[in-house]
Amino acid sequence: MLEISREFVDVILAQSRAEYPDECCGVILGAAGSGKATRLKPMINAAHSPTFYEFESKDLLALYREIDDNNEEIVVIYHSHTETEARPSRTDIAYASEPEAHYVLVSTREEIAPATEFRSFRIIEGVVSEEDVSITE
Amino acid sequence: MTIDVRIPTILRPYTKDQKSVQATGSNLGALIADLDLTYAGIGERLLEDGALRRFINVYINDEDVRFLGGLDSQLKDGDSVTILPAVAGG
Repeated sequence: MLEISREFVDVILAQSRAEYPDECCGVILGAAGSGKATRLKPMINAAHSPTFYEFESKDLLALYREIDDNNEEIVVIYHSHTETEARPSRTDIAYASEPEAHYVLVSTREEIAPATEFRSFRIIEGVVSEEDVSITE
Repeated sequence: MTIDVRIPTILRPYTKDQKSVQATGSNLGALIADLDLTYAGIGERLLEDGALRRFINVYINDEDVRFLGGLDSQLKDGDSVTILPAVAGG
């Protein structure tokens, strides 16, 4: 299960709308070994695409250095789907490389359908399992 | 020469869970060949058709090797190499 604050959910949803029609992306970090999502860090989608996201290469290195220096871990990796369901696509599964992370997907297609989609998954060696999301106020 | 290589989580099964290992090579291609001798199978996770895989980022110190010459990028004593899978998807 992913436990996440209402504030972070709102920030991610706002970012996904602000960057629409491109996919948005980012991470939430936490103290190493804690599994607690405490520090949200939006990332630039270097692909600037409605169907793809990729952290910029330099930003990726800086992110991992920062994590090491602060003794943190990546708890959540999030991105948006612009027009499709908030579940991992084939490419999401192929490139998922953090077996310990919660992969959060949101969809901006609420512009055309009313329900807000905010879902979390584990992706381990190509196997996807959805998990519950508990939002703390 | 000996180069420190940072190994990402997903490749640590090849390095017996070590976050950082040492390898030798005068350029990146040679370094990866040496890594693969010690940690069999890791080379295939990094290379495809003789080139770096598109979604594997390799840095020498602070520079992405794509801007340095890819597998021909030169290494010198004291350099450190960091391997990071891209965070990417569709």
